[in-house]
Amino acid sequence: MGFGDSQQQQAVVTAQDTSSPAALTLDRVTRRFAGQLAVDALSLEINAGELLALVGASGSGKTTTLRMVAGYEAPDAGAIRLDGRDITSLPPEKRGFGMVFQHYALFPHLSVQDNVAFGLEARGVGTSERRKRALQALDNVGLGPKAARQVQALSGGEQQRVAMARAMVIQPRVLLLDEPLSNLDPTLREEMRTELRATLQRAAVTALFVTHDQEDAFAIADRVALLQDGRLLQHGTPEQLYDRPASRAVAEFIGRAALVPADDRGTHARITLGGVSQDAAVTRVGGEAMLPNALAVLRPEALDITQDDSGWPGRVTARRFAGAVMAYSVDVGGVSLEILTSSRSGAVGDAVRVMLQRDPVALVSA
Amino acid sequence: MSRRTLLIALPLIAALIWIVAFPNVAVIAGSLDGGGMHWVEFMRSPSDREALWTSLWISVASVIASTAIGLPLAFLLQRAEFPGRKVLSAVATLPAALPPLVGVIAFLFLYGESGAITRTVQSLLHLDAAPWALSGPWAIVFVHAYTMYVYVYLFVSAALENYDTSLDDAARGLGHGPIRRFMRITLPLLTPALAGGALLVFMSSLGSFSAPYVFGGGLRVLSTQIINSKLNDAMGVAFVETAVLALSAVAGLLLLRWLEGRRQYTITSKGRAIRTPIRSRGVKLFAIVLSTLVVTILVLPHGMVLLTAFAVDGAWTTQVLPPEYTLDNFRRLLTDPQLLPPIRNTVVMAFIATAANVVVGFVIGYLTVLRKFSGRKLLEILAVLPWTIPPTAIAIGLASTFDSFDPWHGKVLLVGTFWILPLAYFIRGLPLVTSAVQSSLRQMEPSVEDAARGLGASWWLTMKRVVIPAAKPGLIAGAVLAAITAIGEFVATVLLFTLSNRTISVEVLQQLRSQAFGTASAYSVLLILMTFILTLTARWLQGRSEPMIVQ
Repeated sequence: MGFGDSQQQQAVVTAQDTSSPAALTLDRVTRRFAGQLAVDALSLEINAGELLALVGASGSGKTTTLRMVAGYEAPDAGAIRLDGRDITSLPPEKRGFGMVFQHYALFPHLSVQDNVAFGLEARGVGTSERRKRALQALDNVGLGPKAARQVQALSGGEQQRVAMARAMVIQPRVLLLDEPLSNLDPTLREEMRTELRATLQRAAVTALFVTHDQEDAFAIADRVALLQDGRLLQHGTPEQLYDRPASRAVAEFIGRAALVPADDRGTHARITLGGVSQDAAVTRVGGEAMLPNALAVLRPEALDITQDDSGWPGRVTARRFAGAVMAYSVDVGGVSLEILTSSRSGAVGDAVRVMLQRDPVALVSA
Repeated sequence: MSRRTLLIALPLIAALIWIVAFPNVAVIAGSLDGGGMHWVEFMRSPSDREALWTSLWISVASVIASTAIGLPLAFLLQRAEFPGRKVLSAVATLPAALPPLVGVIAFLFLYGESGAITRTVQSLLHLDAAPWALSGPWAIVFVHAYTMYVYVYLFVSAALENYDTSLDDAARGLGHGPIRRFMRITLPLLTPALAGGALLVFMSSLGSFSAPYVFGGGLRVLSTQIINSKLNDAMGVAFVETAVLALSAVAGLLLLRWLEGRRQYTITSKGRAIRTPIRSRGVKLFAIVLSTLVVTILVLPHGMVLLTAFAVDGAWTTQVLPPEYTLDNFRRLLTDPQLLPPIRNTVVMAFIATAANVVVGFVIGYLTVLRKFSGRKLLEILAVLPWTIPPTAIAIGLASTFDSFDPWHGKVLLVGTFWILPLAYFIRGLPLVTSAVQSSLRQMEPSVEDAARGLGASWWLTMKRVVIPAAKPGLIAGAVLAAITAIGEFVATVLLFTLSNRTISVEVLQQLRSQAFGTASAYSVLLILMTFILTLTARWLQGRSEPMIVQ
């Protein structure tokens, strides 16, 4: 190999010297495609050892953000910093990051073990040491016995684990994951969520992962950042995003909810449906100021079906058995409410009352 | 296995054994006549050994040269964005549109001893003689590289289009530099495409006749040796030479197929194929200059033939460009009773061969893809066999099989008649149409045919509304390729033609020999024009065809 390569290996090795997890900062990062803003002045802090999920619908700019962090795209403006050092113009091969690609991008002409060892080769690790460490990494994901296989002979879940092993074996300063679970079938997906979180926590690696699936994000990440049209809507723990959405857009995207008009009265709000009012304690993100056009975020599990006259009057329009609970759709004065409850009493067409079971209720501006 | 299937398949297999397989057997048998003494003669002859060796190394050199041009060009046009890219990619496949002999004479007019480029360089440098001689093995490799790099270019371009670029991203993220990424990831994954392109170049070079014939300068290669032996009536040696040529082709085929198969991977996901814009000003300027130069080189042969077509015969001697121009050449082609028949012959014979190809190719495609019967594999092999045999070998086989009337030995007299050439063209076109039809029909969900029958459609209605529309794209593409091959055919033609069915190619050579460059070029322009019209017709028909039935 040429002179250029050995020089580059040096650079990678220096980047590796401090192998403790690093903090990643995105500072007003902006990217345009053909004049269109794909990512709009996005600022984010990812602490050392933290797992941050970037969630958004397709076209929200999450993959572009990931590719900029990895170095495959250059931002048009803004900076990306690693432990305070500006890495915005550093090419991907010198960042020392690990990446798990959406379709894994396993090299089809190399064996499982050679795929995993490939990154060590760039770091000048000798052949036997390379093989040893690759095998170790494969053992860690339970694929040691399949080291000699061709990657195409593996199942989807196994390929995903090889991709993980390949990214982890180089002890990356930051691990990037692009929709790592999207190619798996639902049962396997649930299993892999738990496994992935455990692996990432054990490795204590700083990780940024992109997904359109909020359940993946909630199950795996410490914190979640929600993107829409290239802009950051809100970031925080999964609980914060679910219980205290900062805006109507967040409330609509995260979880299921009915958004109904409410009369904001400071510490509580009055919600009137079908001529009946119920009061509830409220939370608002962004201060105590009352909202003139408030919407209450009614989560299905915060509601229950009763015969109590103080509840909103409605009629059951659909009923779905979901194992532990029953899911009802109830029409209350033209508003459809979704209710998850253990009660199985209502039938389709029944007149029922809907009680607000749990506060506080989140208020967002209409 | 239905009775109707067998009723069609069995006679077809028998006919193909007769016209495709039997001539090859005849060549081998002929070479063994006299107890192998011709083989001994071949091996003792220094000129034959030289011819074999030269044929092989010229073919290998042509593969290397074509790859050296086609591979970087494919990368440049698929991966980079620069001013002039669209023009360059529009003309990149132009050399393949030149009929073999026409390409050769275009090079003669441009780079030959008294060619336009040669004379220009000579006068610019004030030289007494031509700065180079377009003669010998390197001249042949030069012409081959120009016309055949297109195969490598097309194969690699197609592979790059389906290439998952996230593999490169992954290697990059793991810390590998550009050279290592290319050597370890990109190149191994392109191996099947490269092997496919190389195979086509190797086979075409091995069978190439016009370039060695015109530029060889006394150099011996197998295809010219065969013709010499035949002209000297040394048929025994001609058979041995033909067998050796065919065996070399088959050996090359097996080698490259093995390479291709050993490295066949399915890339599961399709990456985003992004063209990187060239940003630096200097590089951009360089790209503009370079692509202008390449476009010029690619367009020059067509332009030169077109220009010479208006030159007065015999007037162009030592000038850079022909000095006098006239429309007379074209007028004479269409009025002179001596000059018109080759045009009519070319069109009529190409039409007969292509029409037969369409019918037979469709039936074989249908039987081999959608029907199951014993003998299916044999039918398929017989149909694609001519593809592996150099055209010279096909011609020698036909010449020795259909040279007399002897039904007991499977012989009828066709040599010296009109029908020998349409038969040769039919055989050469058969693999093209058959494989195109097969690939179209393979895209059709087989149950669609059953579904049509299940809905009560008759066999004929099912054919008309389901099977033929599904086969149509392949039929059109294959038919046009076969027709283009037939009208420009030279190698087999020169071995089998008679005065009454001589073609445009044969006439181009005659005119060239009598220094009638204008007339030769006017004929060549006619060939290019026919190729062009056929290509346009194919596009028009493809555009009109009904949406394909895909699973």
